[in-house]
Amino acid sequence: MVKLRRTMMYVTGNNPANIMEAHLYGSDSIMFDLEDSVSLKEKDSARFLVYNALKTMDYGNVETVVRINGLDTQFGRDDLEAMVRAQPDIIRLPKTETKQDIIDVDNMIGEIEKQIGLEVGSTKIMAAVESPLGVMNAYEIATASKRLVAIAIGAEDFVTNMKTTRSPEGIELLAARSNLLMAARAAGIYALDTVYTNIKDDDGFMDEVKLIKQLGFDGKSVIHPRQIGMVHKIYTPTEKEIRNAVRVVGAIKEAESKGSGVIALDGKMIDGPVVDRAYRVLELAKASGVYKEEEQND
Amino acid sequence: MEIKKVGVAGTVESSDINIVIEPSDKKGIEIELQSTVMKQFGRQIKNLIEETLKSEGVESAVVRATDKGAIDFVIKARALTALYRAAEINEYSWEA
Repeated sequence: MVKLRRTMMYVTGNNPANIMEAHLYGSDSIMFDLEDSVSLKEKDSARFLVYNALKTMDYGNVETVVRINGLDTQFGRDDLEAMVRAQPDIIRLPKTETKQDIIDVDNMIGEIEKQIGLEVGSTKIMAAVESPLGVMNAYEIATASKRLVAIAIGAEDFVTNMKTTRSPEGIELLAARSNLLMAARAAGIYALDTVYTNIKDDDGFMDEVKLIKQLGFDGKSVIHPRQIGMVHKIYTPTEKEIRNAVRVVGAIKEAESKGSGVIALDGKMIDGPVVDRAYRVLELAKASGVYKEEEQND
Repeated sequence: MEIKKVGVAGTVESSDINIVIEPSDKKGIEIELQSTVMKQFGRQIKNLIEETLKSEGVESAVVRATDKGAIDFVIKARALTALYRAAEINEYSWEA
């Protein structure tokens, strides 16, 4: 089954209550943050806390991600030493700008894996792109390591670097989002969108989620549990979409059983992309829990 | 491991524990604990703090802890943070 990454919830790395409860709210992933949400004086504290949490807690099916500090800071290397050993599902690198950033971290992780007897390459990473340079290099970044499972856009730094601010329509992010998405799709990895910081503005949030879903993103970072359900609702295929996908798949199977090369439904020819989309709708519906395989045969 | 100065870690927010570790003239680890769950878990919390410090080679220290219902991994993490701050050591030997 396809791995869902519709929602990745930020969890401050130095807050025990949040670290213990974060997986209970239903997001697909939780991201323990050692970077921006932890003050410089508490970096050691958060590192010890997240390390011990990962060594102790059972987060069930919720994917665990740790955002480390950049390797250009005095904390990044220690974060990496601790987290490769703590083994979250994914280690997230902030402020990635070039493929060399990924190659450097790939090599460092490889060294640690060798030291502790882990298979080299088993630790997965995700890169956040937060600057114009990073966006321009997105494809090189996305293809720089086999460890890379996703790239994410971080908008706040990006718009500041672009000498603008975020708007409800998101026009200032359109080029960056599109470029990042194309890079991710060309590389065959996931693409995740940035946070929406106004947790009281549900309408604005949902408009943004609809936009990024339409663009093609796999999901979005969220900063509050109440945002999770809204994203999942928008990402869950509608009954109509599921019904249509089931009919398309049924038509393919029927054509196959007849040995026919041409697939038609309601008098219209169904071509490759339509078939791919139908399968994707059913995968997403299955993973979202609104569709079961056997229903297809009903 | 030698305690060189006062080391503090953690908060008094719910599910956390604030731990203060100080140098001591006397041999042994002396722990003074205040906890919202003192009756049920007081001994266990003290034991965990002592065990954590001993495993790092601490022979002598005074510890003052204020617990707000922290579970074991939080207590261990806060004890280690306070200890490494008190010992002025930055390198920790992470285990896989």
